[in-house]
Amino acid sequence: MAEEIKLFKVKIDNISVEVEPGTTILNAARKIGGDIVPPAMCYYSKLNGSGGKCRTCLVKVSKGSDADPRPMPKLVASCRTTVMDGMEVANITSPEVQEARKGVVEFLLLNHPLDCPVCDQAGECHLQDLSYEHGADSTRYEFKRRTFDKIDIGDKIKLHMTRCILCYRCVYTADQLTNKREHGVLGRGDASEISTYISQSLDNDFIGNVIDVCPVGALTDQTFRFKNRVWFLKPVDAHRHCDNEKCCGKTVLWMRGDEVFRVTARKDQYGEVEDFICDTCRFDKKEAKDWVIEGPRKIDRQSVISQGHYVNTVKPKDPLVEVLDGRKPKLLFDIHSESQVNRPEVDLSKIDGPAHSNDFTKQQS
Amino acid sequence: MGRKLLLDKAHIEGIRYYDTYRSNGGYAAAEKALKSMGPEGVLEEVKKSGLRGRGGAGFPTGLKWSFIARPEGVPRYLVCNADESEPGTFKDRYLMEFIPHLLIEGLLISSFALGANSAYIYIRGEYAWIPDILEQAIAEAKNKGWLGKNIQGTGFDLEIYVQRGAGAYICGEETALIESLEGKRGNPRIKPPFPAVKGLWQCPTVVNNVETLAAVVPIINIGGDEYIKYGTGKSTGTKLISACGNINKPGVYEIEMNISVEEFIYSDEYCGGIKNGKRLKACIPGGSSVPVLPANLLLKTAKGETRMMTYESLSDGGFATGSMLGSGGFIVMDEDQCIVRNTLTFARFYHHESCGQCSPCREGTGWMKKVLLNLENGKGKMSDIDLLWDIQRKIEGNTICPLGDAAAWPVAAAIRHFRDEFEWHVTHPEEALTRNFGLAHYADPLTIPAAV
Repeated sequence: MAEEIKLFKVKIDNISVEVEPGTTILNAARKIGGDIVPPAMCYYSKLNGSGGKCRTCLVKVSKGSDADPRPMPKLVASCRTTVMDGMEVANITSPEVQEARKGVVEFLLLNHPLDCPVCDQAGECHLQDLSYEHGADSTRYEFKRRTFDKIDIGDKIKLHMTRCILCYRCVYTADQLTNKREHGVLGRGDASEISTYISQSLDNDFIGNVIDVCPVGALTDQTFRFKNRVWFLKPVDAHRHCDNEKCCGKTVLWMRGDEVFRVTARKDQYGEVEDFICDTCRFDKKEAKDWVIEGPRKIDRQSVISQGHYVNTVKPKDPLVEVLDGRKPKLLFDIHSESQVNRPEVDLSKIDGPAHSNDFTKQQS
Repeated sequence: MGRKLLLDKAHIEGIRYYDTYRSNGGYAAAEKALKSMGPEGVLEEVKKSGLRGRGGAGFPTGLKWSFIARPEGVPRYLVCNADESEPGTFKDRYLMEFIPHLLIEGLLISSFALGANSAYIYIRGEYAWIPDILEQAIAEAKNKGWLGKNIQGTGFDLEIYVQRGAGAYICGEETALIESLEGKRGNPRIKPPFPAVKGLWQCPTVVNNVETLAAVVPIINIGGDEYIKYGTGKSTGTKLISACGNINKPGVYEIEMNISVEEFIYSDEYCGGIKNGKRLKACIPGGSSVPVLPANLLLKTAKGETRMMTYESLSDGGFATGSMLGSGGFIVMDEDQCIVRNTLTFARFYHHESCGQCSPCREGTGWMKKVLLNLENGKGKMSDIDLLWDIQRKIEGNTICPLGDAAAWPVAAAIRHFRDEFEWHVTHPEEALTRNFGLAHYADPLTIPAAV
C-alpha cells in the first residue's frame, strides 16, 4: 500500500487549504483561487526554474509554521517559497504587501511604454491587468526611457525590447523546449536585454511558444501583428493531427468569419499554456480547413476579449426612476443626440464582425 | 600594541614562501587538526571560538558549517570567496598577497572539517597578480604533501583550484559566485535551496570569506577557549579593517575587537587621526553598502556609550542610529566631503553592478542614481529627497539578493542623517557645484542625540 502523504495546512488571507509538501505559496493560493492569488509576471508553472524575478508575487509570511511560528523577516516571493505545515500568509490582507506591489508595478512601468492602444498584446497583457489592480495613477519618473529598435528574430517573431520587462520566461522556454537555445539576456542591470547572440534568427520548431509565454507585448507573432485586435476576433478551440510528436495539436484559432487570423496554444485561467504547440501549427496552418473545430473558446467574462460578447446580461434597474415617481431624469446633455457612434439602439453584440461607422450611419438614415 | 592573530607574522621577510612560513609555525594547525582532532573536533573548536563570517554578514561560521548536508556518495565543496569587490574593502587582498599559505592552511583545515575534497578560491578579476601568488603557494604546499592525495599520511585528499572572476561585484554574493564558478552568468540564485544543501554543481557547498578561513588557523593553534578571550562576547577574535578616506594612515589593520572607534581613528597605531587636522564629519564603518554614520553617532552609541569596533556596538539602535561592521571597509570623511556626492558615487556603483534579474534592483538603482545626479548638479527639487527615500524603501528587502539592500541603505542613511545637506543642494544650486562645506550646518560632533 502506498504511503499516505501528510498534507500541510496553510492559511492564506485567513482561508485554510491543505496542500502537499513542496507546494509553493502561490500554488497553494491558486488552489483556493479568487482574489487572493498573487499576481505573477515571471513565474510559469510549466517552465522549470522560472519565477522569483519580477517580485510581483511578494507576500508576507506572518507565521512560519507550527514548529517555528516566527514570521519571516522580509516579504517573500510566493512563487518560489514552499509552504510549511501551519504557515500563515497575508496577501491582499497585508498593507505592506500591497505597498510593495505598488512599488514593483511602478518599477516595471518605468521603462515599459504605455502604448497599449497600439500594442498587439492589448487585451491579453498581464502587466496591463497588474497596473490596473496595483498601479498608481501617475508616474514619478521624469527621465528618458530606455528604448530599442525592433528586431526580427527569424521571419515569424518580432522582438520589441522596449516593452520587455525581463521576466526571462522566453529564455526558459527556448532553453527547455527547443534543441538549441540561441537567445538569452545580454548586459546587466537596466542595460540588460533579451537578444540573440549576434543576429541569429530563432527558427527551432517550438520557438513560437516564446510569443505565448511573453506576459507583455515584447515578442509578437509577425503573421498576426496589426492584422486585427483580439477582441474583434472569435476564439475557437480546434485540433489537428500534428506530425511533430512533441506537439499536442490542440490550439485556439482566432477567427473572423472563416478567416483564421492567429493560432495560439490553449491557456488556463492563469494565462499559462496548457500544452505547447509546434511552429507548424502556429504559423503555417492558417486555413480553417486545416483544423477540426471543436467549438467556441470559453473566455473569462472579465476579460476585455469578452467585451461585446456578453450572454444573458441583465441590466441593472435604474433607481433614479423610482425615486422620481416614474419620471425620467432630465438630461442636461444627451450624448446620443450629438454622437455618431454608441447609439443605444445599435446592439454591438449582434453585429456580425467588428462594428464599423457604417453600422451607425445606417441607423441614422 | 593590540594583539594579533592573522598578521602577527606578516612582517617576517619571505613569509609568502612555504619554507619561511613553515619555519615560523606554519601548518602546525593543519597538522594538529588532521592528525589529532578529527573533523568533528575542528568543527567543535570553531563553534567554541564564536568566529563570525568576515565577509560582511557576520553569520557564525561553526553554525554555517554544521548546516552542510551530508548525503551519501555526494561530494561536498568548500569555496573561498575572494571576490573582494566592496568599495572601501581591501583586507583580503593583503592576506592573499603577503601570507598566502595562511589561507591555504585555513582552506585545508576547513575542508577537512567539512569533508570536502575539492576547494575553490574564487578571486576577483581585478586582482590580476594575486592568482599567481596563490597558485605558487598551492604548488609549494602540494609539493610538501599538504595538498593532493593522502595528505601527510592521514588519508585525507584535497585539491585547491583558483578561479578568476571577470570583475562583477555581484559575484561576491555566494549564489552568484557559485553560478559564475559553474561557468554561467553570475546571477544570484533564489534561496532556498541554500548552498549548504544545493550549491556548486548542485552539491552541498560552504562559501566562506578569505579572512574567515584564515582565522581558522589561529583558532586551531590556540584553541577556541583562548580565541574568545580576544574581542568581546559577541565579537570574538581579531578583525582586519581596511581603513581609507581622509585619514593620516590608510591601510589594513588587524584589531582586537575591543577597541573604540575613536581609538581606531585617532591613535597613531591605527589611522593616526584625520588628515590635515580637519574635523571628522562622517564614516562608513563596514564598506560602501552599510549605512553612513555622522561623527556624533560614530563615537558614541544611541545610548551614550562609547562606540566600539564590534558587530554589536556598531549596529546599536538599528539603522536609525547605528550601522554595521560589515566587511570592515572603514571609509572616513572629513568636514570637506559632500555626502550627496558620496551617495551618488555609491549609487552609481550599485546601478552599474546590479545584475538586472529582479525589477526593484534593476530599475530602482538606476532611478536613484539619476535623482541623485540631479541633486548633485543643482537641478534637484525638494520633492526629490522624499522621492529618493521612497525609492530606497521600495527596493530594500524586496530583491532576490542583498545587492538591493546594499544600494538602498547608503541612500537611506545619508538622507536620515544629512537631510539638511540634500536640502542645501536644492536651495543653493550654484554653490553646490563649487562647494566646500565645513561643519556649519551640523551639530557638534561630540553632541550626543537622545536615544532613539
